[in-house]
Amino acid sequence: MIEKALVKRSSKSYWAWIIFLLVLIAVGFAAYIYQMTQGFAVTGMSRDISWGMYIGHLTFFVGVAAGGVMIVLPYYLHNVKEFGRITVVGEFLAIPAVIMALLFVVVDIGSPMKLFNVYLYATPHSMLFWDSVVLPCYLLLNLVVGYSVLQAENKGVHYKKWVKFLALVSIPFAFSIHVVTAFLYSGLPSRHYFLTAMLPAKFLASAFATGPALIILICFLLKKLCGFDAGETAIKKLSTISAYAYTATLFMVGCEFFTAFYSNVPGHKAALQYLFFGLHGHNQFVPLMMVFVALAVVALCLMIPRQNRDNPITLGVGCACIFLTMYIEKGLTFIIGGLSETPFGEIASYHITVPELLIIVGVFAIGFLIASILFKLVVVVKKDRDVDAFPQEDRAGLAARLLAKGSDK
Amino acid sequence: MENMSRRKFLKLGGAAAVGLGAAVVTKTADAAQIGGSYQKDSARMQAKNWGMVIDMSKFSEESFNACVEACHSFHNVPNIDTKKDEVKWIWKQTYEQLFLDETHEHLSAKYKDQEFMTICNHCQEPVCVRVCPTKATFKNDQGVILMDMHRCIGCRNCMAACPYGARSFNFKDPRPYIEEINPTYPTRMKGVVEKCNFCAERLALGQLPLCVELSNGAITFGDIDDPQSGVSKLIAENFTLQRRANLGTKPKVYYIV
Amino acid sequence: MYKPRNIIIGVIAFLALIFFPVWSSLFTTGEAVGAEISLDTPMINAMENPKCVEDTEWMRANHMKLLADWKVEVVRNGNRIYVAEDGQKYLASLQNTCFECHSNYDEFCLKCHEYNNVSPTCWTCHVEPTVVEEGNK
Repeated sequence: MIEKALVKRSSKSYWAWIIFLLVLIAVGFAAYIYQMTQGFAVTGMSRDISWGMYIGHLTFFVGVAAGGVMIVLPYYLHNVKEFGRITVVGEFLAIPAVIMALLFVVVDIGSPMKLFNVYLYATPHSMLFWDSVVLPCYLLLNLVVGYSVLQAENKGVHYKKWVKFLALVSIPFAFSIHVVTAFLYSGLPSRHYFLTAMLPAKFLASAFATGPALIILICFLLKKLCGFDAGETAIKKLSTISAYAYTATLFMVGCEFFTAFYSNVPGHKAALQYLFFGLHGHNQFVPLMMVFVALAVVALCLMIPRQNRDNPITLGVGCACIFLTMYIEKGLTFIIGGLSETPFGEIASYHITVPELLIIVGVFAIGFLIASILFKLVVVVKKDRDVDAFPQEDRAGLAARLLAKGSDK
Repeated sequence: MENMSRRKFLKLGGAAAVGLGAAVVTKTADAAQIGGSYQKDSARMQAKNWGMVIDMSKFSEESFNACVEACHSFHNVPNIDTKKDEVKWIWKQTYEQLFLDETHEHLSAKYKDQEFMTICNHCQEPVCVRVCPTKATFKNDQGVILMDMHRCIGCRNCMAACPYGARSFNFKDPRPYIEEINPTYPTRMKGVVEKCNFCAERLALGQLPLCVELSNGAITFGDIDDPQSGVSKLIAENFTLQRRANLGTKPKVYYIV
Repeated sequence: MYKPRNIIIGVIAFLALIFFPVWSSLFTTGEAVGAEISLDTPMINAMENPKCVEDTEWMRANHMKLLADWKVEVVRNGNRIYVAEDGQKYLASLQNTCFECHSNYDEFCLKCHEYNNVSPTCWTCHVEPTVVEEGNK
């Protein structure tokens, strides 16, 4: 079936896009080789800020992967039929997202040739060990479930019972990947920005805002590029989920502010001050956080009123704002903010470097490549099997194609 | 076999390969020892729980610098002068920086800026050991927190976890930054974390840590679980401070101010 | 498409290729010459009965495994003393025991490792005497 993604009805622009991504991957790989030969001195990380952009991106993309469950859970657990057409989109979104998350771990490891020590000397009291268990498991589950569901659709049959069973198993896994990732940070005794029981909940809420928002954007893109229609009710339901989860996330961000500033405990305030207002003359993230605040306001205005959510344009902009703000909050600033106050009460700053940036771009390109192939596969299969999903399609042409397909056999 | 499609065959083959791989991996991980047997040196320093008391009033600038010099040159610690990439096992920090929770804005500059020796606290409840995904950082039978450089993957989780800033990462190959390599001790490779080891290699052969020997009596080293030891008596008789005692890590480096 | 003749020819060609080392040795004469390693160091020369921690043959076959055991016993278990099969005790240390006698890394370790095309990762951290001499000049 996978061959369909590669050859069937591939336009020139599709191939150009794939080649463009391959070039970016090559550049990223070259930057990675450079980092490995020169050492991590070529990144922005330091003795004080020992985790930086890579681990930030890991956190964010674990969230994106977990967000896919907001389609899978209602469909398999509550029988929300409207999601039937796009469950596979949720599952297939998780695959590149988990792969990106894992790659962001790999590029962050100082001695990657010893990486498998994590499994050789399994250490249950380490949260990083559990992360390296649940992430590959979740990847495998989504691969098997997503592929099996699509394969069944391709054959024109209903998927098997065990596929549904695995889909149900993947639901707690989706929660666990993000909770374990939050535990990586929220269990560290001296980092006040991390040390909060709110963290796993905040991560999950932001994931359930970001995931559906991204799926809506992907559905819009698929509609524009291939005429694939996810269905109006499905989009509406997704936008509602995203809006509520986003509001909950911002509420929790607000709670962090209240606790820090009302209690007035310096350690609790430090990271928020550094990120949003600048502290001890270090204010490199302030402009970015102002963008975060502005976009968050826009997102709330666009996503809460129902008539705005029903309008594709405002919905699209709202979803983009949700995605961007969460990327800023979780992906770009969370880790660095948390580590910015050193154990000696000073503020350390972080300046991203070119090799680091290129490696990040390379990992993004790998994710986009996998996503492009997978979503192409979805569209090609759906075109043959789910006629209703392509309302603008020339019916006569489709009938001719289906007829030709029949005579192939 | 006739019913077996190519697809099924490939699937089965893949599963078998994964199984075989797992079996090989498990086998290498717990392979048996060969040759003779092993024992500890009979001269090994004995203690249940090594700890340290540093009396800053007895510490001269001169002997402190001698400690740093001796420790870093013996352990092949590179001398990298950019703050971002630096590696250090023992260094100076002011009172205000070291005892964040025991200072206040009006504290006299005389005390605020007093300098203190800073090393790994060899905590009784070490966070670094808890978070390490490979047990590369571990606590030995005498309560010393050690690092197995062979096993460290360089994930730097321990650095984010350590409340004392005791850990350094080799951001680059350290060898060009070592003025004179000590042939009796290994260097590190780029991509691993390192820190003070309470001179475990010396304790094993019956010698005190280098800084203790060179401190001219300012540092006392001993078993904090033994009430008769020098450190226990000093702690009993003097007012001592621990760094960030409120975090529950139970650090074992005590300071007499 | 399906031509058994081509497949059989292909299989034979493939087998011939992968068994090249076996059949090519039939046409070569003489015995394989091992790496020439040198034991000419001051410490070894001063010994009456030169002997490593274990028998030479055993060491040749097992030194990598023995060193891997030392690494675990010394670093993780604090067992710094190796009691050899003959009861003799040694400090288990690559830099402080092995190199005391084998002070000629290039002529001893390296030659054989190169001959066998192995590159052990020991030397990224453990300093061989030549590095110390060159680095400290």
